[in-house]
Amino acid sequence: MSAGAVYTIVEREFKRFFRQRGRFLSSLARPLFWLFVVGPGLGRLIRSPGDVAYQQFLFPGVLGIVVLFGSILSSLSTVYDREFGTLRIMLVAPISRLTIVTGKTLSGALLSVAQGWILLVLAPFLGLKIGPAQLLAISLYLFLASIAIASLGMLMTTRIDSLENYSTIMNFVVFPMFFLSGGLYPVKLLPALLRYVVYLNPLTYGIDLFKHALLPAAASGSLGTDISLPLDVSVLVLFTGIAMALATLLFDKEAKLVKRAEPRA
Amino acid sequence: MAFADSAAIEAVELVKQFGSLTAVGGVSFAVQPGELFGLLGPNGSGKTTTIHMLCTLLRPTTGTARVNSCDVVAQPLQVRRAIGLVFQETTLDRDLTAYENLLFTAYLHHIPRADAQERILELLKVMELADRRNELVRKLSGGLKRRLDIAQGVLHRPKILFLDEPTIGLDPRSRAAVWGFIGRLRQGGMTILHTTHYLEEAERSDRVGIIDRGKLIALGPPVELKKASNRPSLNEVFLHLTGRKIQESQTE
Ligand SMILES: Nc1ncnc2c1ncn2[C@@H]1O[C@H](COP(=O)(O)OP(=O)(O)OP(=O)(O)O)[C@@H](O)[C@H]1O
Ligand SMILES: [Mg+2]
Repeated sequence: MSAGAVYTIVEREFKRFFRQRGRFLSSLARPLFWLFVVGPGLGRLIRSPGDVAYQQFLFPGVLGIVVLFGSILSSLSTVYDREFGTLRIMLVAPISRLTIVTGKTLSGALLSVAQGWILLVLAPFLGLKIGPAQLLAISLYLFLASIAIASLGMLMTTRIDSLENYSTIMNFVVFPMFFLSGGLYPVKLLPALLRYVVYLNPLTYGIDLFKHALLPAAASGSLGTDISLPLDVSVLVLFTGIAMALATLLFDKEAKLVKRAEPRA
Repeated sequence: MAFADSAAIEAVELVKQFGSLTAVGGVSFAVQPGELFGLLGPNGSGKTTTIHMLCTLLRPTTGTARVNSCDVVAQPLQVRRAIGLVFQETTLDRDLTAYENLLFTAYLHHIPRADAQERILELLKVMELADRRNELVRKLSGGLKRRLDIAQGVLHRPKILFLDEPTIGLDPRSRAAVWGFIGRLRQGGMTILHTTHYLEEAERSDRVGIIDRGKLIALGPPVELKKASNRPSLNEVFLHLTGRKIQESQTE
Protein backbone atom coordinates (compact mmCIF):
# COMPACT_ATOMS: atom_id res chain seq x y z
CA MET A 1 0.00 0.00 0.00
CA SER A 2 1.25 3.47 -0.79
CA ALA A 3 1.00 6.14 1.92
CA GLY A 4 1.54 8.99 -0.53
CA ALA A 5 -1.31 7.82 -2.72
CA VAL A 6 -3.62 7.37 0.27
CA TYR A 7 -2.71 10.87 1.39
CA THR A 8 -3.50 12.46 -1.96
CA ILE A 9 -6.85 10.65 -2.19
CA VAL A 10 -7.78 11.95 1.27
CA GLU A 11 -6.57 15.46 0.45
CA ARG A 12 -8.67 15.55 -2.70
CA GLU A 13 -11.76 14.43 -0.79
CA PHE A 14 -11.31 17.21 1.77
CA LYS A 15 -10.90 19.83 -0.93
CA ARG A 16 -14.02 18.65 -2.65
CA PHE A 17 -16.01 18.55 0.56
CA PHE A 18 -15.33 22.17 1.42
CA ARG A 19 -15.81 23.34 -2.15
CA GLN A 20 -19.18 21.67 -2.61
CA ARG A 21 -20.95 24.27 -0.54
CA GLY A 22 -24.32 22.53 -0.48
CA ARG A 23 -22.82 19.35 0.85
CA PHE A 24 -20.81 21.24 3.44
CA LEU A 25 -23.74 23.33 4.66
CA SER A 26 -26.15 20.44 4.90
CA SER A 27 -23.60 18.51 6.89
CA LEU A 28 -23.74 21.37 9.40
CA ALA A 29 -27.51 21.82 9.30
CA ARG A 30 -28.47 18.15 9.65
CA PRO A 31 -27.28 17.64 13.25
CA LEU A 32 -28.51 21.08 14.34
CA PHE A 33 -32.00 20.17 13.18
CA TRP A 34 -32.01 17.06 15.33
CA LEU A 35 -30.48 18.75 18.36
CA PHE A 36 -32.54 21.93 18.40
CA VAL A 37 -35.79 21.00 16.67
CA VAL A 38 -36.44 17.31 17.24
CA GLY A 39 -34.63 17.10 20.58
CA PRO A 40 -36.57 19.75 22.49
CA GLY A 41 -39.86 18.56 20.99
CA LEU A 42 -39.41 14.96 22.02
CA GLY A 43 -37.78 16.07 25.25
CA ARG A 44 -41.13 17.59 26.30
CA LEU A 45 -42.90 14.30 25.72
CA ILE A 46 -40.34 12.12 27.37
CA ARG A 47 -39.73 12.49 31.05
CA SER A 48 -36.31 10.99 31.28
CA PRO A 49 -35.39 9.13 34.42
CA GLY A 50 -32.22 9.94 36.33
CA ASP A 51 -29.72 12.67 35.67
CA VAL A 52 -29.84 12.78 31.91
CA ALA A 53 -32.19 15.03 29.94
CA TYR A 54 -33.48 13.65 26.65
CA GLN A 55 -31.58 16.31 24.73
CA GLN A 56 -28.40 15.14 26.35
CA PHE A 57 -29.29 11.55 25.61
CA LEU A 58 -29.83 12.53 21.99
CA PHE A 59 -26.37 14.06 21.58
CA PRO A 60 -24.48 10.79 21.02
CA GLY A 61 -27.18 9.81 18.56
CA VAL A 62 -26.73 13.07 16.68
CA LEU A 63 -23.00 12.41 16.53
CA GLY A 64 -24.07 9.10 15.05
CA ILE A 65 -26.00 10.96 12.34
CA VAL A 66 -22.91 12.99 11.54
CA VAL A 67 -20.86 9.83 11.27
CA LEU A 68 -23.47 7.99 9.26
CA PHE A 69 -24.07 10.68 6.64
CA GLY A 70 -20.49 11.93 6.57
CA SER A 71 -19.04 8.49 5.96
CA ILE A 72 -21.68 7.06 3.65
CA LEU A 73 -21.85 10.15 1.45
CA SER A 74 -18.10 10.28 1.14
CA SER A 75 -17.90 6.62 0.19
CA LEU A 76 -20.71 7.07 -2.30
CA SER A 77 -18.65 9.77 -3.98
CA THR A 78 -16.71 6.84 -5.43
CA VAL A 79 -19.70 6.37 -7.71
CA TYR A 80 -19.26 9.96 -8.91
CA ASP A 81 -15.59 9.27 -9.41
CA ARG A 82 -16.51 6.38 -11.63
CA GLU A 83 -18.99 8.40 -13.59
CA PHE A 84 -16.70 11.39 -14.02
CA GLY A 85 -13.59 9.38 -14.64
CA THR A 86 -11.36 10.24 -11.71
CA LEU A 87 -11.55 6.64 -10.60
CA ARG A 88 -9.91 5.62 -13.87
CA ILE A 89 -6.93 7.81 -13.12
CA MET A 90 -6.54 5.92 -9.87
CA LEU A 91 -7.02 2.54 -11.52
CA VAL A 92 -4.39 3.07 -14.16
CA ALA A 93 -1.85 4.42 -11.66
CA PRO A 94 0.73 2.01 -10.22
CA ILE A 95 -1.15 1.56 -6.95
CA SER A 96 -3.10 -1.41 -5.64
CA ARG A 97 -6.87 -1.66 -5.33
CA LEU A 98 -6.34 -1.84 -1.57
CA THR A 99 -4.68 1.58 -1.68
CA ILE A 100 -7.70 3.05 -3.44
CA VAL A 101 -10.19 1.44 -1.06
CA THR A 102 -8.13 2.53 1.94
CA GLY A 103 -7.80 6.07 0.62
CA LYS A 104 -11.51 6.45 -0.01
CA THR A 105 -12.49 4.82 3.29
CA LEU A 106 -10.07 6.91 5.28
CA SER A 107 -11.36 10.05 3.54
CA GLY A 108 -14.88 9.32 4.72
CA ALA A 109 -13.73 8.51 8.23
CA LEU A 110 -11.58 11.62 8.67
CA LEU A 111 -14.26 13.88 7.18
CA SER A 112 -16.75 12.51 9.69
CA VAL A 113 -14.35 13.03 12.57
CA ALA A 114 -13.89 16.64 11.48
CA GLN A 115 -17.65 17.13 11.32
CA GLY A 116 -18.01 15.45 14.71
CA TRP A 117 -15.54 17.91 16.21
CA ILE A 118 -17.56 20.83 14.91
CA LEU A 119 -20.60 19.42 16.66
CA LEU A 120 -18.71 18.86 19.90
CA VAL A 121 -18.37 22.62 20.22
CA LEU A 122 -22.10 22.62 21.00
CA ALA A 123 -21.94 19.99 23.73
CA PRO A 124 -21.46 22.52 26.59
CA PHE A 125 -24.67 24.30 25.57
CA LEU A 126 -26.53 21.09 26.34
CA GLY A 127 -24.91 20.79 29.73
CA LEU A 128 -22.44 18.12 28.65
CA LYS A 129 -18.96 18.74 29.97
CA ILE A 130 -16.07 17.59 27.84
CA GLY A 131 -12.59 17.56 29.32
CA PRO A 132 -9.36 16.88 27.44
CA ALA A 133 -9.42 13.18 28.28
CA GLN A 134 -12.99 12.88 27.06
CA LEU A 135 -12.14 14.77 23.91
CA LEU A 136 -9.37 12.34 23.17
CA ALA A 137 -11.61 9.36 23.86
CA ILE A 138 -14.47 10.71 21.78
CA SER A 139 -12.11 11.48 18.87
CA LEU A 140 -10.91 7.92 18.89
CA TYR A 141 -14.48 6.60 19.11
CA LEU A 142 -15.58 8.93 16.32
CA PHE A 143 -12.81 7.52 14.18
CA LEU A 144 -13.69 3.89 14.96
CA ALA A 145 -17.36 4.43 14.21
CA SER A 146 -16.67 6.49 11.09
CA ILE A 147 -14.27 4.08 9.51
CA ALA A 148 -16.69 1.22 10.09
CA ILE A 149 -19.50 3.10 8.36
CA ALA A 150 -17.20 4.37 5.61
CA SER A 151 -16.06 0.83 4.85
CA LEU A 152 -19.68 -0.27 4.72
CA GLY A 153 -20.24 2.58 2.25
CA MET A 154 -17.31 1.40 0.14
CA LEU A 155 -18.74 -2.09 0.12
CA MET A 156 -22.03 -0.65 -1.14
CA THR A 157 -20.35 1.32 -3.91
CA THR A 158 -18.93 -1.88 -5.34
CA ARG A 159 -22.51 -3.04 -5.84
CA ILE A 160 -24.08 0.00 -7.44
CA ASP A 161 -23.63 1.28 -10.95
CA SER A 162 -24.87 4.79 -10.75
CA LEU A 163 -26.31 7.38 -8.46
CA GLU A 164 -29.77 6.55 -9.69
CA ASN A 165 -29.74 4.19 -6.73
CA TYR A 166 -28.97 7.07 -4.42
CA SER A 167 -32.44 7.59 -2.99
CA THR A 168 -32.87 3.84 -2.64
CA ILE A 169 -29.79 3.79 -0.47
CA MET A 170 -31.03 6.72 1.57
CA ASN A 171 -34.42 5.10 2.16
CA PHE A 172 -33.40 1.52 2.64
CA VAL A 173 -29.98 1.82 4.24
CA VAL A 174 -29.20 5.20 5.74
CA PHE A 175 -32.49 6.11 7.43
CA PRO A 176 -33.18 2.61 8.82
CA MET A 177 -29.62 2.48 10.12
CA PHE A 178 -30.22 5.63 12.08
CA PHE A 179 -33.66 4.75 13.41
CA LEU A 180 -32.49 1.28 14.42
CA SER A 181 -29.35 2.32 16.22
CA GLY A 182 -30.08 3.27 19.80
CA GLY A 183 -29.51 6.91 18.92
CA LEU A 184 -33.13 7.94 19.47
CA TYR A 185 -34.13 5.52 22.21
CA PRO A 186 -32.29 3.14 24.50
CA VAL A 187 -31.85 -0.27 22.95
CA LYS A 188 -32.93 -2.00 26.14
CA LEU A 189 -36.41 -0.54 25.83
CA LEU A 190 -37.02 -2.05 22.40
CA PRO A 191 -39.00 -5.25 21.77
CA ALA A 192 -36.77 -8.30 21.44
CA LEU A 193 -37.13 -8.69 17.69
CA LEU A 194 -36.14 -5.08 16.96
CA ARG A 195 -33.32 -5.36 19.42
CA TYR A 196 -31.74 -8.11 17.35
CA VAL A 197 -31.88 -5.90 14.28
CA VAL A 198 -30.32 -3.05 16.22
CA TYR A 199 -27.46 -5.29 17.28
CA LEU A 200 -26.75 -6.13 13.64
CA ASN A 201 -26.22 -2.46 12.91
CA PRO A 202 -22.62 -1.26 13.22
CA LEU A 203 -23.79 2.26 13.99
CA THR A 204 -25.32 0.99 17.24
CA TYR A 205 -21.86 0.17 18.57
CA GLY A 206 -20.51 3.56 17.52
CA ILE A 207 -23.31 5.47 19.22
CA ASP A 208 -22.90 3.29 22.29
CA LEU A 209 -19.23 4.29 22.41
CA PHE A 210 -20.23 7.95 22.28
CA LYS A 211 -22.56 7.31 25.22
CA HIS A 212 -19.67 5.77 27.13
CA ALA A 213 -17.68 8.95 26.65
CA LEU A 214 -20.43 11.56 26.97
CA LEU A 215 -23.02 10.19 29.39
CA PRO A 216 -21.03 8.70 32.25
CA ALA A 217 -23.65 9.95 34.70
CA ALA A 218 -26.23 7.75 33.04
CA ALA A 219 -24.04 4.68 32.98
CA SER A 220 -26.38 2.67 35.16
CA GLY A 221 -29.71 4.24 34.23
CA SER A 222 -32.04 3.27 31.41
CA LEU A 223 -30.67 6.06 29.21
CA GLY A 224 -27.13 4.80 29.65
CA THR A 225 -25.01 2.54 27.52
CA ASP A 226 -26.29 -0.77 26.23
CA ILE A 227 -23.08 -2.59 25.44
CA SER A 228 -19.69 -2.89 27.12
CA LEU A 229 -16.91 -0.69 25.80
CA PRO A 230 -14.57 -3.55 24.80
CA LEU A 231 -17.37 -5.21 22.87
CA ASP A 232 -18.19 -1.95 21.05
CA VAL A 233 -14.58 -1.52 20.03
CA SER A 234 -14.13 -5.14 18.99
CA VAL A 235 -17.26 -5.18 16.88
CA LEU A 236 -16.33 -1.96 15.07
CA VAL A 237 -12.76 -3.05 14.39
CA LEU A 238 -13.85 -6.47 13.18
CA PHE A 239 -16.60 -5.00 11.04
CA THR A 240 -14.18 -2.53 9.44
CA GLY A 241 -11.68 -5.26 8.65
CA ILE A 242 -14.26 -7.51 7.03
CA ALA A 243 -16.02 -4.76 5.09
CA MET A 244 -12.75 -3.35 3.74
CA ALA A 245 -11.46 -6.77 2.75
CA LEU A 246 -14.72 -7.52 0.95
CA ALA A 247 -14.80 -4.09 -0.69
CA THR A 248 -11.25 -4.60 -1.99
CA LEU A 249 -12.11 -8.03 -3.35
CA LEU A 250 -15.31 -6.91 -5.03
CA PHE A 251 -13.74 -3.67 -6.21
CA ASP A 252 -11.45 -5.74 -8.34
CA LYS A 253 -14.34 -6.86 -10.52
CA GLU A 254 -13.66 -5.10 -13.77
CA ALA A 255 -17.23 -4.52 -14.87
CA LYS A 256 -17.67 -2.15 -11.97
CA LEU A 257 -14.42 -0.35 -12.58
CA VAL A 258 -14.69 1.09 -16.00
CA LYS A 259 -17.71 2.89 -17.22
CA ARG A 260 -19.42 1.15 -20.04
CA ALA A 261 -18.35 2.62 -23.34
CA GLU A 262 -21.58 3.87 -24.77
CA PRO A 263 -21.92 3.50 -28.49
CA ARG A 264 -22.26 7.00 -29.81
CA ALA A 265 -25.23 7.69 -31.97
CA MET B 1 5.78 -16.32 -28.88
CA ALA B 2 5.61 -14.93 -32.35
CA PHE B 3 7.03 -11.52 -31.54
CA ALA B 4 10.48 -10.25 -30.78
CA ASP B 5 11.38 -9.88 -27.10
CA SER B 6 12.13 -6.25 -27.58
CA ALA B 7 8.60 -5.20 -28.48
CA ALA B 8 7.14 -2.45 -26.28
CA ILE B 9 3.61 -3.74 -26.73
CA GLU B 10 2.59 -7.15 -27.99
CA ALA B 11 -0.93 -8.45 -28.25
CA VAL B 12 -1.51 -12.09 -29.12
CA GLU B 13 -4.99 -13.17 -30.16
CA LEU B 14 -6.67 -10.79 -27.73
CA VAL B 15 -10.38 -11.46 -27.28
CA LYS B 16 -12.86 -9.58 -25.14
CA GLN B 17 -16.46 -10.61 -24.82
CA PHE B 18 -19.14 -8.72 -22.94
CA GLY B 19 -21.82 -11.33 -22.50
CA SER B 20 -22.73 -12.45 -25.99
CA LEU B 21 -21.09 -9.42 -27.63
CA THR B 22 -17.57 -9.90 -28.95
CA ALA B 23 -16.01 -6.45 -28.65
CA VAL B 24 -12.53 -7.62 -29.65
CA GLY B 25 -12.33 -10.84 -31.62
CA GLY B 26 -8.72 -12.00 -31.71
CA VAL B 27 -6.35 -9.12 -32.29
CA SER B 28 -2.58 -9.57 -32.63
CA PHE B 29 0.03 -6.91 -33.22
CA ALA B 30 3.32 -5.64 -31.84
CA VAL B 31 4.57 -2.11 -31.33
CA GLN B 32 8.30 -1.48 -31.34
CA PRO B 33 10.01 0.87 -28.87
CA GLY B 34 9.81 4.45 -30.05
CA GLU B 35 7.14 3.69 -32.59
CA LEU B 36 3.99 5.76 -33.16
CA PHE B 37 1.30 3.19 -33.77
CA GLY B 38 -2.25 4.09 -34.79
CA LEU B 39 -5.38 2.05 -34.32
CA LEU B 40 -7.91 3.21 -36.85
CA GLY B 41 -11.48 2.06 -36.84
CA PRO B 42 -15.12 3.15 -36.82
CA ASN B 43 -17.25 3.60 -33.69
CA GLY B 44 -17.64 0.44 -31.70
CA SER B 45 -14.88 -1.43 -33.52
CA GLY B 46 -13.06 -2.30 -30.29
CA LYS B 47 -10.30 0.31 -30.08
CA THR B 48 -11.00 1.39 -26.53
CA THR B 49 -11.58 -2.16 -25.35
CA THR B 50 -8.20 -3.17 -26.80
CA ILE B 51 -6.47 -0.28 -25.05
CA HIS B 52 -8.17 -1.07 -21.75
CA MET B 53 -6.97 -4.65 -21.93
CA LEU B 54 -3.41 -3.50 -22.66
CA CYS B 55 -3.61 -1.07 -19.72
CA THR B 56 -4.81 -3.74 -17.24
CA LEU B 57 -8.26 -2.21 -16.82
CA LEU B 58 -10.06 -5.08 -18.50
CA ARG B 59 -9.11 -8.73 -18.39
CA PRO B 60 -8.91 -10.39 -21.80
CA THR B 61 -11.45 -13.18 -22.20
CA THR B 62 -8.73 -15.12 -24.01
CA GLY B 63 -5.37 -14.29 -25.50
CA THR B 64 -2.38 -12.60 -23.92
CA ALA B 65 -0.65 -9.28 -24.04
CA ARG B 66 2.65 -7.97 -22.81
CA VAL B 67 3.46 -4.34 -22.26
CA ASN B 68 7.06 -3.38 -21.49
CA SER B 69 7.66 -7.16 -21.39
CA CYS B 70 5.21 -7.65 -18.52
CA ASP B 71 2.07 -9.72 -18.77
CA VAL B 72 -1.04 -7.55 -18.43
CA VAL B 73 -2.92 -10.17 -16.40
CA ALA B 74 -0.13 -11.56 -14.24
CA GLN B 75 1.84 -8.34 -13.63
CA PRO B 76 -0.65 -5.48 -13.74
CA LEU B 77 1.30 -3.25 -11.34
CA GLN B 78 4.51 -3.55 -13.36
CA VAL B 79 2.57 -2.72 -16.51
CA ARG B 80 0.97 0.31 -14.89
CA ARG B 81 4.39 1.56 -13.79
CA ALA B 82 5.51 1.71 -17.43
CA ILE B 83 2.46 3.25 -19.05
CA GLY B 84 0.50 6.46 -19.31
CA LEU B 85 -3.08 6.49 -20.56
CA VAL B 86 -5.21 9.33 -21.83
CA PHE B 87 -8.79 8.10 -21.78
CA GLN B 88 -11.28 8.83 -24.49
CA GLU B 89 -13.49 10.71 -22.02
CA THR B 90 -12.05 13.32 -19.74
CA THR B 91 -10.91 12.10 -16.34
CA LEU B 92 -10.34 15.46 -14.70
CA ASP B 93 -11.88 16.38 -11.36
CA ARG B 94 -13.98 19.44 -12.12
CA ASP B 95 -13.89 20.62 -8.51
CA LEU B 96 -10.11 20.87 -8.49
CA THR B 97 -7.92 23.36 -10.28
CA ALA B 98 -5.74 22.44 -13.23
CA TYR B 99 -2.71 22.43 -10.95
CA GLU B 100 -4.41 20.35 -8.26
CA ASN B 101 -5.49 17.76 -10.79
CA LEU B 102 -1.91 17.28 -11.91
CA LEU B 103 -0.65 17.20 -8.33
CA PHE B 104 -3.17 14.47 -7.56
CA THR B 105 -1.87 12.39 -10.46
CA ALA B 106 1.73 13.06 -9.49
CA TYR B 107 1.21 11.62 -6.02
CA LEU B 108 -0.64 8.61 -7.40
CA HIS B 109 2.52 7.97 -9.42
CA HIS B 110 4.80 8.35 -6.41
CA ILE B 111 6.49 11.52 -7.69
CA PRO B 112 8.01 13.40 -4.74
CA ARG B 113 6.46 16.79 -3.94
CA ALA B 114 9.39 18.99 -4.97
CA ASP B 115 9.79 17.19 -8.30
CA ALA B 116 6.07 17.22 -8.87
CA GLN B 117 5.73 20.99 -8.56
CA GLU B 118 8.57 21.60 -10.96
CA ARG B 119 7.32 19.11 -13.53
CA ILE B 120 3.75 20.35 -13.38
CA LEU B 121 4.70 23.96 -13.96
CA GLU B 122 6.96 22.97 -16.82
CA LEU B 123 4.27 20.84 -18.40
CA LEU B 124 1.61 23.50 -17.96
CA LYS B 125 3.90 25.92 -19.74
CA VAL B 126 4.42 23.56 -22.67
CA MET B 127 0.66 23.02 -22.87
CA GLU B 128 0.07 26.77 -22.74
CA LEU B 129 -1.99 26.34 -19.62
CA ALA B 130 0.35 28.03 -17.17
CA ASP B 131 -1.76 31.15 -16.66
CA ARG B 132 -4.91 29.09 -16.08
CA ARG B 133 -3.36 26.74 -13.56
CA ASN B 134 -5.35 27.96 -10.55
CA GLU B 135 -8.72 27.88 -12.22
CA LEU B 136 -11.24 25.19 -11.45
CA VAL B 137 -11.38 22.68 -14.28
CA ARG B 138 -15.13 23.17 -14.63
CA LYS B 139 -14.37 26.65 -15.93
CA LEU B 140 -11.97 25.54 -18.65
CA SER B 141 -13.01 25.09 -22.28
CA GLY B 142 -13.15 21.64 -23.87
CA GLY B 143 -9.88 22.21 -25.70
CA LEU B 144 -8.00 23.23 -22.58
CA LYS B 145 -9.47 20.30 -20.66
CA ARG B 146 -8.27 17.90 -23.32
CA ARG B 147 -4.77 19.31 -23.16
CA LEU B 148 -4.89 18.92 -19.40
CA ASP B 149 -6.02 15.29 -19.83
CA ILE B 150 -2.95 14.69 -21.95
CA ALA B 151 -0.72 16.44 -19.42
CA GLN B 152 -2.18 14.12 -16.79
CA GLY B 153 -1.25 11.11 -18.90
CA VAL B 154 2.39 12.09 -19.44
CA LEU B 155 3.29 13.81 -16.17
CA HIS B 156 5.09 10.75 -14.83
CA ARG B 157 7.06 10.39 -18.10
CA PRO B 158 5.87 6.91 -19.03
CA LYS B 159 7.88 4.74 -21.39
CA ILE B 160 4.75 3.77 -23.24
CA LEU B 161 1.83 6.10 -23.83
CA PHE B 162 -1.71 5.17 -24.84
CA LEU B 163 -3.81 7.95 -26.33
CA ASP B 164 -7.46 7.09 -26.86
CA GLU B 165 -8.67 9.65 -29.40
CA PRO B 166 -6.49 12.44 -28.04
CA THR B 167 -7.91 15.12 -30.30
CA ILE B 168 -11.56 14.20 -29.98
CA GLY B 169 -13.81 17.23 -30.13
CA LEU B 170 -10.99 19.70 -30.71
CA ASP B 171 -10.89 22.43 -33.33
CA PRO B 172 -8.14 22.23 -35.97
CA ARG B 173 -5.90 24.69 -34.14
CA SER B 174 -6.02 22.71 -30.88
CA ARG B 175 -5.53 19.48 -32.78
CA ALA B 176 -2.39 20.88 -34.34
CA ALA B 177 -1.16 21.93 -30.89
CA VAL B 178 -1.76 18.44 -29.53
CA TRP B 179 0.07 16.84 -32.44
CA GLY B 180 2.94 19.25 -31.93
CA PHE B 181 3.21 18.01 -28.39
CA ILE B 182 2.97 14.36 -29.45
CA GLY B 183 5.84 15.06 -31.84
CA ARG B 184 7.98 16.30 -28.95
CA LEU B 185 7.17 13.17 -26.93
CA ARG B 186 8.25 11.01 -29.85
CA GLN B 187 11.54 12.83 -30.12
CA GLY B 188 12.08 11.91 -26.48
CA GLY B 189 11.80 8.25 -27.52
CA MET B 190 8.36 7.52 -26.10
CA THR B 191 6.42 4.60 -27.58
CA ILE B 192 2.93 5.78 -28.46
CA LEU B 193 -0.21 3.89 -29.36
CA HIS B 194 -3.09 6.13 -30.36
CA THR B 195 -6.58 5.56 -31.66
CA THR B 196 -8.42 7.81 -33.99
CA HIS B 197 -11.00 7.99 -36.66
CA TYR B 198 -9.47 11.07 -38.20
CA LEU B 199 -7.72 9.66 -41.23
CA GLU B 200 -5.16 12.40 -41.55
CA GLU B 201 -4.13 11.64 -37.98
CA ALA B 202 -3.78 7.96 -38.72
CA GLU B 203 -1.47 8.95 -41.61
CA ARG B 204 0.99 10.43 -39.13
CA SER B 205 1.64 7.00 -37.59
CA ASP B 206 4.68 4.89 -38.41
CA ARG B 207 2.27 2.00 -38.74
CA VAL B 208 -1.48 1.72 -38.68
CA GLY B 209 -3.71 -1.14 -37.66
CA ILE B 210 -7.16 -0.93 -39.18
CA ILE B 211 -9.71 -2.49 -36.87
CA ASP B 212 -13.27 -3.31 -37.78
CA ARG B 213 -15.83 -5.23 -35.73
CA GLY B 214 -13.15 -6.37 -33.32
CA LYS B 215 -10.81 -7.71 -36.01
CA LEU B 216 -7.58 -6.28 -37.34
CA ILE B 217 -8.15 -6.20 -41.08
CA ALA B 218 -4.95 -4.46 -42.17
CA LEU B 219 -1.62 -3.62 -40.59
CA GLY B 220 1.35 -1.69 -41.90
CA PRO B 221 2.79 1.73 -42.71
CA PRO B 222 0.12 4.01 -44.22
CA VAL B 223 2.01 4.23 -47.50
CA GLU B 224 2.12 0.48 -47.87
CA LEU B 225 -1.52 0.01 -46.97
CA LYS B 226 -2.48 2.43 -49.69
CA LYS B 227 -0.12 0.83 -52.15
CA ALA B 228 -1.29 -2.70 -51.35
CA SER B 229 -4.91 -1.96 -52.13
CA ASN B 230 -3.98 0.60 -54.75
CA ARG B 231 -6.06 3.35 -53.17
CA PRO B 232 -5.08 7.00 -52.68
CA SER B 233 -6.28 7.38 -49.08
CA LEU B 234 -6.79 5.31 -45.94
CA ASN B 235 -10.45 6.16 -46.19
CA GLU B 236 -10.68 4.34 -49.49
CA VAL B 237 -8.53 1.53 -48.16
CA PHE B 238 -11.14 1.01 -45.50
CA LEU B 239 -13.97 1.22 -48.03
CA HIS B 240 -12.12 -1.23 -50.23
CA LEU B 241 -11.57 -3.74 -47.38
CA THR B 242 -15.01 -3.61 -45.79
CA GLY B 243 -17.33 -2.24 -48.42
CA ARG B 244 -18.33 0.46 -45.92
CA LYS B 245 -17.19 3.97 -45.13
CA ILE B 246 -15.19 4.32 -41.95
CA GLN B 247 -17.43 7.05 -40.70
CA GLU B 248 -20.48 8.66 -42.10
CA SER B 249 -19.86 11.94 -40.34
CA GLN B 250 -16.14 12.39 -40.79
CA THR B 251 -16.03 16.08 -39.99
CA GLU B 252 -16.92 16.65 -36.37
N1 LIG C 1 -18.25 -2.50 -20.44
C1 LIG C 1 -18.91 -2.89 -21.55
N2 LIG C 1 -19.98 -3.70 -21.47
C2 LIG C 1 -20.63 -4.10 -22.58
N3 LIG C 1 -20.30 -3.75 -23.83
C3 LIG C 1 -19.25 -2.94 -23.99
C4 LIG C 1 -18.49 -2.47 -22.86
N4 LIG C 1 -17.49 -1.68 -23.32
C5 LIG C 1 -17.62 -1.67 -24.68
N5 LIG C 1 -18.66 -2.43 -25.07
C6 LIG C 1 -19.07 -2.67 -26.48
O1 LIG C 1 -17.97 -3.21 -27.18
C7 LIG C 1 -17.89 -2.70 -28.51
C8 LIG C 1 -16.54 -2.05 -28.73
O2 LIG C 1 -16.48 -0.86 -27.98
P1 LIG C 1 -15.20 0.07 -27.92
O3 LIG C 1 -15.52 1.15 -26.96
O4 LIG C 1 -14.00 -0.73 -27.67
O5 LIG C 1 -15.16 0.66 -29.40
P2 LIG C 1 -14.31 1.88 -29.96
O6 LIG C 1 -13.64 1.39 -31.20
O7 LIG C 1 -13.46 2.45 -28.92
O8 LIG C 1 -15.45 2.89 -30.39
P3 LIG C 1 -15.47 4.49 -30.37
O9 LIG C 1 -14.84 4.95 -31.62
O10 LIG C 1 -16.93 4.80 -30.33
O11 LIG C 1 -14.75 4.94 -29.14
C9 LIG C 1 -19.06 -1.74 -28.64
O12 LIG C 1 -20.11 -2.44 -29.26
C10 LIG C 1 -19.41 -1.39 -27.22
O13 LIG C 1 -20.76 -1.06 -27.08
MG1 LIG D 1 -13.31 4.27 -28.07
